[in-house]
Amino acid sequence: MTTTVLTAPASESGTATHRTRTAPTRIPLTRLIGVELRKMFDTRSGFWLMASIVITSVLATAAIIVFAPDDQLTFDNFAAAIGAPMTVILPMIGILAVTSEWSQRSGLTTFTLVPHRGRVLGAKFLAAIGVGVVSMFIALVVGVLGTLVGSAIAGVDPVWNVSAAHFALIVLGSVLGMLFGFMLGLVIRNSAGAIVTYFVYTLVLPPLLGLLAANQKWFADLQPWVDFNYAQTSLFNGTMTSEQWQQLGTAGALWFVLPMAVGLLIVRRAEVK
Amino acid sequence: MSPRCVQVGVAATLLGMITVESLTKTYGRGLTAVDDVSFTASTGRVTGFLGPNGAGKSTTMRIIVGLTPATSGTATVDGRRFTDLPNPGTEVGVLLDASAQHAGRTGREILTLAQRTMGLPRGRVQEMLDLVSLTSTEADRRVKDYSLGMRQRLGIGTALLGDPHVLILDEPANGLDPAGIRWMRDLLRGFADQGGTVLLSSHLLHEIEVIADDLVVIGHGRIVAQGTKADLLATAGTVVRSRDAAALTRAMEQSGLVFTAHADGSVHTDASPDQVGEIALTARVVLTELRAADGAGLEEMFLELTADTQREGAAA
Repeated sequence: MTTTVLTAPASESGTATHRTRTAPTRIPLTRLIGVELRKMFDTRSGFWLMASIVITSVLATAAIIVFAPDDQLTFDNFAAAIGAPMTVILPMIGILAVTSEWSQRSGLTTFTLVPHRGRVLGAKFLAAIGVGVVSMFIALVVGVLGTLVGSAIAGVDPVWNVSAAHFALIVLGSVLGMLFGFMLGLVIRNSAGAIVTYFVYTLVLPPLLGLLAANQKWFADLQPWVDFNYAQTSLFNGTMTSEQWQQLGTAGALWFVLPMAVGLLIVRRAEVK
Repeated sequence: MSPRCVQVGVAATLLGMITVESLTKTYGRGLTAVDDVSFTASTGRVTGFLGPNGAGKSTTMRIIVGLTPATSGTATVDGRRFTDLPNPGTEVGVLLDASAQHAGRTGREILTLAQRTMGLPRGRVQEMLDLVSLTSTEADRRVKDYSLGMRQRLGIGTALLGDPHVLILDEPANGLDPAGIRWMRDLLRGFADQGGTVLLSSHLLHEIEVIADDLVVIGHGRIVAQGTKADLLATAGTVVRSRDAAALTRAMEQSGLVFTAHADGSVHTDASPDQVGEIALTARVVLTELRAADGAGLEEMFLELTADTQREGAAA
C-alpha cells in the first residue's frame, strides 16, 4: 500500500520533479474534422447508415435494370433512382452527427476536450459536407456502372443524358438536404425529435403548402420565395434560372440560415447535461 | 499543518492550482444551485469535495470545465479559465459522468477518439487500458454492455490519457468494487504525490476521509466548511456523558458553552475536553465518558454541518 500520510518533503520533491511540459498547442480544425468523421462511422448505427448509401444505390440500380423497359435504361433514370434514398439517408447522417452528442451524452467528453462548441460544430458541419459530396460521387459511380451494365444486358447504347452541370446541381441539392438535417439536429438536439421533424417537413408540409397555393392566389405567387423544399426541388431538375437561384436564397435564408443561427446561439450557451 | 506545507503551497501556487472565486449559479424561478462558492485545490494534494446529493458539487465542477456558464464569479486552472486552455485534455483530466458515452462505441474507440482529439501517440490508448485494467476483450465490447465499475475505469482512463497535471473527478468511486476503490485511492494518492492536483467529489464519506488531504464541504449550494482534513477533524469538539445529564447541561449552559444533547444521553460540544472536565469538576458532576469527538470522524462532522441544509434522506 502507498503512504496515506502526505508529508511535506514528498510534495516538495513531487513538485520539483514533476515532468516538464511543452506548452500545449491549440487543437487544429483539421484534426477535429478527422475525429468528427470517425465518429460518423464508428458505431454500428453510424456504420450501417453509411453502408446503406452504397447498398441502396446498388439496390436501386438493380431494380432499374430488372424492371425498367429498355428505352428507360438512361443515366438520368439511374440517377433519380439512386438519388431518392439518398435524400433520406444523408439528412439522417446530418441529424445524428449533431444530436448523438446530446442524446448519447457523449458531448460531455467532446465539449470538455474542446471547450469551444462552435469549433466542434464547425468541424461536424464540414465533415458532413464531405460525407455528402463523397456519397454523391459513390452514387455517380454506381449510376454509371448501372447504365453500362443495364444497356449492355438490354443490348442498347448507353444514354448519357445528365450533364456535369446537372450533376453538380444534384450534389448541391442533396448536400443542402443533408445540411437541413444538420440544422434540425442543432435546433432540436434530440435524435428522435429531429428525425420526426425532418419527415414532417419533407412529407407532411409540402402537400399542405401545395393545397394552400392551389386555393390562395397570393400564396401561389409567394411560395417559390418562401418554401425551401419547393426551391430546392428545382435543383434536381437540372436547370436553374437566376430567379430560381434568388428564390433558393430567400427561402434558404428563412428555413435554413436563420434557424441555424438561432440554433448556434442556443447551443453555445446551453448546458451540456 | 506544519509551516513547511505552507511554503510548498506558496511555491506551487501557479501550476495546477484550481481556484474558484465567488462562484454563483442561479436558474430561473429563483433556484440557486451554487451560492457564492470559493475554494482552492492545491498542487500535490487531494481535495475532497463533499456534500449530499444535489448540494451543488456537480454544478460547480461543470462550471470549472466550462460546460455550464456561471451566473457570476470565476473558476480558473493554472490561473487561466478552462476554455482558454489550448488543449485542455493534456492539462486537466476530467471525469464528470462515466455513463455519458455513446453506448454503441467500444471502450477502445472512446479512448481512441480522445487520443486523436488531443493529438497523442496511438500507443497511449493501450497504455491507459492497461493502467485501468480493462482487458482487450473488454476494451472491444460496446460500452452499453459495461458495468458501472467498468465505465468508471474507462472514464478514469480517458481523464488520464493526456497525462494531465490536474484531475477533476465527479463521484469516481461510484460503482467500483472494494478492490477498485482501493486501486483508485492508490492511483490518486500517487498522482498527488507526484505534484498533481486532484479535486474529487463524493457523498461517500468514508472514501473521501481516507483519501483527501483537504476538504471542501458543501450543502445546498453553499460552502459550510473547508480546510485541511486534520484541521476539520480537530474542530470536531468533545463528547461527554454523565449519569446526571441535566446537571451536566446546566453547568455547561452556565459556563456559556454551546452544546447539543443527544437522545442517548451523550452531549456534544465544540469546547475542548479540558474545559468540559473543569466545568464538570466545579459543578461536582460525575462523568462517565469524556473524549475528543473523533470516533465517527468526518461522518459526524459531515452530518452535523449539513443537517440543516441537506435534503431529507439524501445523505445515503
